[in-house]
Amino acid sequence: MIAIIDYKAGNLKSVERALKKLGFPCCITHNNEEILGSERIIFPGVGAAGQAIADLRHLGLDEVLRQALETGKPILGICLGAQIILDKSEENSAQCLGLISGDVKLFPSPLFSEENERLKIPHMGWNSVHLVKRHPVLEGIKPADEFYFVHSYYPMPASDKYIIGTTDYGIEFPSIIGYKNLIAMQFHPEKSGTPGLKILKNFCTWNGHYAE
Amino acid sequence: MLSKRIIPCLDVRDGKTTKGIKFKKNVDIGDPVEMARFYYEEGADEIVFYDITASSERRDIMIDVVRRVAEEIFIPFSVGGGIRTIEDMRAVLLAGAEKVSLNTAAVKDPEIISAGAGAFGSQCIVLGMDVKKVEPSEKTPSGYEIVIHGGRTYTGIDALAWAKKAEDLGAGEICLNSIDADGTKQGYEIALTSLISENVNIPVIASGGAGNINHMHDVLKYAKADAALIASIVHYGTYTIKQIKDELHSRGIKVRNTW
Repeated sequence: MIAIIDYKAGNLKSVERALKKLGFPCCITHNNEEILGSERIIFPGVGAAGQAIADLRHLGLDEVLRQALETGKPILGICLGAQIILDKSEENSAQCLGLISGDVKLFPSPLFSEENERLKIPHMGWNSVHLVKRHPVLEGIKPADEFYFVHSYYPMPASDKYIIGTTDYGIEFPSIIGYKNLIAMQFHPEKSGTPGLKILKNFCTWNGHYAE
Repeated sequence: MLSKRIIPCLDVRDGKTTKGIKFKKNVDIGDPVEMARFYYEEGADEIVFYDITASSERRDIMIDVVRRVAEEIFIPFSVGGGIRTIEDMRAVLLAGAEKVSLNTAAVKDPEIISAGAGAFGSQCIVLGMDVKKVEPSEKTPSGYEIVIHGGRTYTGIDALAWAKKAEDLGAGEICLNSIDADGTKQGYEIALTSLISENVNIPVIASGGAGNINHMHDVLKYAKADAALIASIVHYGTYTIKQIKDELHSRGIKVRNTW
């Protein structure tokens, strides 16, 4: 069973629907025992960092995630779930989970493309990911594949060793990060067509091992 | 770099698309779920559903359509038409839409934008704007006025001022429809699109007037639209989405061309 962590952060149903389509049993839950007893964890999220962290702590889910990380359970963070695993966020000046050391930053403004066009914030739509490392969850993903993003903040780990993929939007920002049994992506694999579903499928069969 | 989005729009009445598309040996399919899946597989970047069901008692039919679409396609889609309250928005989003589009309801009560953004996040709230060209006046200095009821009712609201206000209220995106260009197949309203797109910091979807790929190229390149809405040119099989994307790509527009 795959636990999709429920902390009122929206967008859970679309992850559930994608897993259902792929044929992997899952449940949406904030029950600590159920999550710790699950085979793997998906940690999604849409919304603001401050509220998300408050809700997570209130439900005791910060400790659950820490424990799951230590015990080697595969964990997938999506969107806000790829941000609040860092130490702190510029959004609401929120103190975050600190599972990966680093900060969550707001895109600089104004932001310009290489062709000197003004770029809008949020970064909304389809963009590609430059994979800087190989990872079992990204097996079969091609350089031309694109993924659906919608965000104004991005994760910035303290060390390059946590960066698995980057994306260009005026700046080159980390769009896939992780280490050990944790992988997290700024885009929405559940809304990214075939390549997104491939990532979810890979995650659902990943044993949590990753040699950096 | 971010791709420009190509977005087919489907009008739905009582759970059926109003214009069936003719594809696969001219079989006319009026099922919105089938059509959504077809466009998803063809490479649409997003899909817009516009519910034109007249009777509010029949709204549940649309919710059922949304639910079935969400099980079939794994790209974002939005639903507009007849959404008036937070509860309407919640029903559509819970059924699986990524975004809701507000039009007349927002004109009548702009606070619905901030209420929706507060409840579900700005990324869920699209402002649909129907716009007509008018003589610039004190009330409408931009020379573009917001209209409702399919263009029959002038509101006295300046289109540019309205776009900026909606952004301030928390709209995450604007779907900008030129009533003058709509249905003409003579091209998008370039001046209007560029005026709005360059003066807000949220994405703008250009709508109304697409007759060929050149029109799409122009609105994406010169009017700085972030996305182009299309209807009849794909519904009637003039082009496939793949043809549109290949052509745009060859002319230097960044589009998603693998899926």
